[in-house]
Amino acid sequence: MKSAVLLLPGLNRDRDMIAALTKISGEPPVTVWQTETEIPDVDLIVIPGGFSYGDYLRCGAIAARMPVMEAVRRKAQAGTRILGVCNGFQILVEAGLLPGALMRNASLKFVCREVRLEVVNANTVFTGRYRQGDIIRCPVAHHDGNYFAARDDLAKLEDNGQVVFRYAEGTNPNGSINDIAGIINEAGNVLGMMPHPENLIEAAHGGTDGEALFAAALEIAA
Amino acid sequence: MIKARVTVTLKNGVLDPQGKAIEGALGSLGFEDVGQVRQGKVFDLELDSADPGTAKQQITAMCEKLLANTVIEDYAVELL
Repeated sequence: MKSAVLLLPGLNRDRDMIAALTKISGEPPVTVWQTETEIPDVDLIVIPGGFSYGDYLRCGAIAARMPVMEAVRRKAQAGTRILGVCNGFQILVEAGLLPGALMRNASLKFVCREVRLEVVNANTVFTGRYRQGDIIRCPVAHHDGNYFAARDDLAKLEDNGQVVFRYAEGTNPNGSINDIAGIINEAGNVLGMMPHPENLIEAAHGGTDGEALFAAALEIAA
Repeated sequence: MIKARVTVTLKNGVLDPQGKAIEGALGSLGFEDVGQVRQGKVFDLELDSADPGTAKQQITAMCEKLLANTVIEDYAVELL
């Protein structure tokens, strides 16, 4: 399956994401600059992490209003798989493609470390290669990962199984409500997560727990 | 030309760790009467417009589309 990576000024995890997708799918993703109004036909569109527009106004706020995001919105509606990691997750919530908001970490500190994630819903196109309840390792690196959703939205997310990843007990690095680390939209094709699975895909990273996410999303033969 | 000020504040019930830190700092400076502190944002805008009604409408649209994140923030528009 083919993939695309969005490029916006200030993102800095794009090369890691491109390397991960290339390694796992065997071919490099196409890259799409923010001013493009069309995205080529691909099966997975990834918005990588970083600090688009210097986090001005709110993290992801300016990026979410760039022309390419209208194309992402159309693709999402058409069912294309969309993955937003870290700043990519912030951009997806700012664009309204996922509910809620990502606020400053409760500690007010930038956190850069490994956490443990519980796979809360293994029945998605992104997590089908994990088992329900698996605890996986994953690095985080962010200042604004404190997920918040209004009470009704939160109840809906929980009831629908849209909470896909939770920080495992005692490892919540940012004060995120209900320990939420990653959520999926109602249709099940748009996933946003703060941790970086692209940074744990080969032995040199110290582990490969992130690989299964991309292998599932790209339907790579096991 | 019309000048306006937009004030964006966090909704009630949304935690504000930055406000909390400021509250603590004010306390340690000896301002003992300080209760809760909430941090917000102020935007001063100039519009090439003569009609206050239209200007206010436009600025409200700007708040809804960009200046505020209405999931967590409220906004107020004031023509100066």
